[in-house]
Amino acid sequence: MGPSGTGKTTLLQLITRQLAPDSGQILVDGVDISTLSQSELYKMRQRFGVLFQNGALLTDMSVFENVAFPIREHTRLPDSLIRHVVLTKLHAVGLRGAAELMPAQLSGGMARRVALARAIAMDPDVLLYDEPFVGLDPISMGVIVKLVGQISDALDITSVVVSHDVHDVVAVADYSYVISDGQVAAAGTPEELNNSSSEVVKQFMHGLPDGPVGFHYDAPDYAKQLLGESPD
Amino acid sequence: MLRDIWATFIGFLHGFGAMCLFFLRLLQYTPSVLYKRFSLVAYQVYNAGALSIVIIMVCGLFVGGVLGLQAYSNLERFNAEDTTGIFAGFALIKEIGPVITALLFAGRAGTALASEIGLMKATDQLSAMEMMAVDPLRYVAVPRFLGGVISMPLLVAVFTAIGLLGSHLVAVELLGVDVGAYWQQLQNALDMEDVMEGIYKSIVFGVIASLLAVWEGYNSVPTAEGVGRATTRTVVITAIAVLVFDFMITAWVL
Amino acid sequence: MKQTRTIELGTGLFALLGIGALFFLTTQTTGNNDFDAAETFQVEARFDNVGSLKKRAPVSMSGVTIGRVTNIRFDPVALEAVVTFVIDSRYDEIPDDSDASILTAGLLGSQYIGLQPGGSPVYLEEGSEIYFTQSAVILENLVGKFLLRGGSDDDGDDGDE
Repeated sequence: MGPSGTGKTTLLQLITRQLAPDSGQILVDGVDISTLSQSELYKMRQRFGVLFQNGALLTDMSVFENVAFPIREHTRLPDSLIRHVVLTKLHAVGLRGAAELMPAQLSGGMARRVALARAIAMDPDVLLYDEPFVGLDPISMGVIVKLVGQISDALDITSVVVSHDVHDVVAVADYSYVISDGQVAAAGTPEELNNSSSEVVKQFMHGLPDGPVGFHYDAPDYAKQLLGESPD
Repeated sequence: MLRDIWATFIGFLHGFGAMCLFFLRLLQYTPSVLYKRFSLVAYQVYNAGALSIVIIMVCGLFVGGVLGLQAYSNLERFNAEDTTGIFAGFALIKEIGPVITALLFAGRAGTALASEIGLMKATDQLSAMEMMAVDPLRYVAVPRFLGGVISMPLLVAVFTAIGLLGSHLVAVELLGVDVGAYWQQLQNALDMEDVMEGIYKSIVFGVIASLLAVWEGYNSVPTAEGVGRATTRTVVITAIAVLVFDFMITAWVL
Repeated sequence: MKQTRTIELGTGLFALLGIGALFFLTTQTTGNNDFDAAETFQVEARFDNVGSLKKRAPVSMSGVTIGRVTNIRFDPVALEAVVTFVIDSRYDEIPDDSDASILTAGLLGSQYIGLQPGGSPVYLEEGSEIYFTQSAVILENLVGKFLLRGGSDDDGDDGDE
C-alpha cells in the first residue's frame, strides 16, 4: 500500500508485464518475467488471476460467459463441465443467481465479485488485486474484504493486494509493504507497521493530513504571491 | 516554424509506421483467426455489414435517383436521354458506389468499431484479456478488421445495385426514357473491366476503412474524451484516405 | 438464444443480398457484346486507317458478335495498320474473300469490325488474312468532302488491293 501516485499500480503492471521494466529483473516463481517470449508469458499469465479496479468484465457477454471465457479459451472441457466449474466459482462469490445477467445490469460491487470469480476460474497460483476496495459502499466493501481473505485461505494461494485503504488491508494482510515515492518505505506485519517510527509510514498508517507528504502542493511563498510579486 | 513542420512530419511518420506494423500483425494473425475463431468474424460481419445495410440501401436509392435526374436533364439537351443509363451506370459502378459506401461505412460502422474498441480499452477489458492470456489483437482487433473487409464489397454491391434501380426508377418510370434503351445502352457501354474496377476499389476501401477504425480504437487514449476523439479521427482520416486512394486507383486503372 | 437467431438471420440476409447484388452487377450490367468463346482462331486484316478502333472491340457478322479484336499495331514497312482478331471456332465456314470494314455503332457509338461474306469456297482459318478491307470512315473527312461537293472519289475508303 501507499499514497496515491507512488507507483503501486505500476508495480502490479510490472509483475504481470503489462509494462516492461527499463532495467532490472522481475522474478515470478524464480523466472525472470521480463525475458519471456509472448507464448511463454501467456503460459505464465494463466497462473495469474488479476482483479481490475472496475472489474473489466467483457461487456458483450453475460456473467456466466465472462467467467467461462478463460476456461473456454484455454481448455477443451466439454460444456457440461464448464457449466459446473463456472457455477461453482459464481457460488463462491455468492452470485450464482446472477449468471444470466449482462455486466451492464450489475452494481459496482457485484461486477467486482464476478470479476473475482473470473480471476479464480483457472485456479491460479497468484491472485493480484488492483485497488479492490475503491468506490464501493460499506456493505459491498465488507463482502469483498471477506472474499479476498476467504479465497486466499481456501485456495491456498498467494494474494497481492494493492490498495491505499489502510484498515481493510490491515484486516486481510499477513505482510505489507508501504511504498512511497517509488521506494519501499517499510515492510512487515500490520502491527509492526502500525508501530513504525518512520515519519512517512506513520503519516500514512494514521492518515495525518500533514507530514513528509505535504499538505501544500509546491508553491511560491504565500505572502509574496498575494502581494503580486511575480515568482520569476 | 520549419522546426514545427519537421516535428509534425516526424510525428506523422511515427504514427504511420506504427499503423503499418499494426496492419502487418493483423494480416499475420488473419489465417489463424479465420480458422479458429470464425464465429467471431461472422459476428463482426453482422456488426459492420448487416447493421449498415439500411443506411446503404436508402442512400443508394437516392444517390442513384439524383444521378438519373442530373444525367437526364443534361443529356436531354443533346437529345441523348437514351444514354442516361450509361452515365448513371458508369458513375455508380466505378466511382460513386465504392466511394460513398466507404464514407457511409466510416460513419456507421467505422465509428462504432473505434468507439467500441476504445471503450473496451478504457474499461480495462483489453488488459483483462491480456491477463487471461488471451491476445486482444486476435480476439478483438482481427475479427473486427476482417468483418469490415468482408462486408465492404458486399455493401458496395448492394449500394450500386440499388443505385441503378434508383436511377432506373427516375429515368424510366418518372422521366420516360425507354426501358430497353436504358439497359441496353448501359450494357453495351460497360465492360467486365469496369465492374471489376468497382470491386477492386471496394476491397481496397474495405481494408482502409476497417484498418483505420480498428487502429484508432486500439490506440485511443483510454478516457471518455479519448474515445470521442478516436471516433472523430476515424471518420476524418478514413474519408481522406478513401478519396486519395480512389484517385490513385482510378489513375492506375485508366 | 433469441439474440443469436437475430444475428444469424441478419447476417444471412445481408450476405444473400450482397452476393445477389454482386451477381446482378457482374451479369446484368456488362455488355451483351461480351464474347468469350472457348475455342477461337486468329485472323489478320490490314487497314489504311483504323479510326478509333480499340482492342476488345467486337467483330460482327450480320449483327451478331462472332469475335473480338485482340491487337492493333502499325506496320512500318507497308505503312498500314494491322488488326489482329479472333473468331469463335464454331464459325469455321466464313469465305476467305469476305470483306472487313470498320463501322461505327450509331452516330457517336464505338467502332467495331463488320464482316461481309464473300463467295469463295475456301474458308478463313487460323492465320488467314482478310484482303478486302474498308477503313474507318473519318467523320471530319466526310464533312470536308461534302463541303467541297464531292471532291475526289475515294478518300476515306480504299484498301481494296
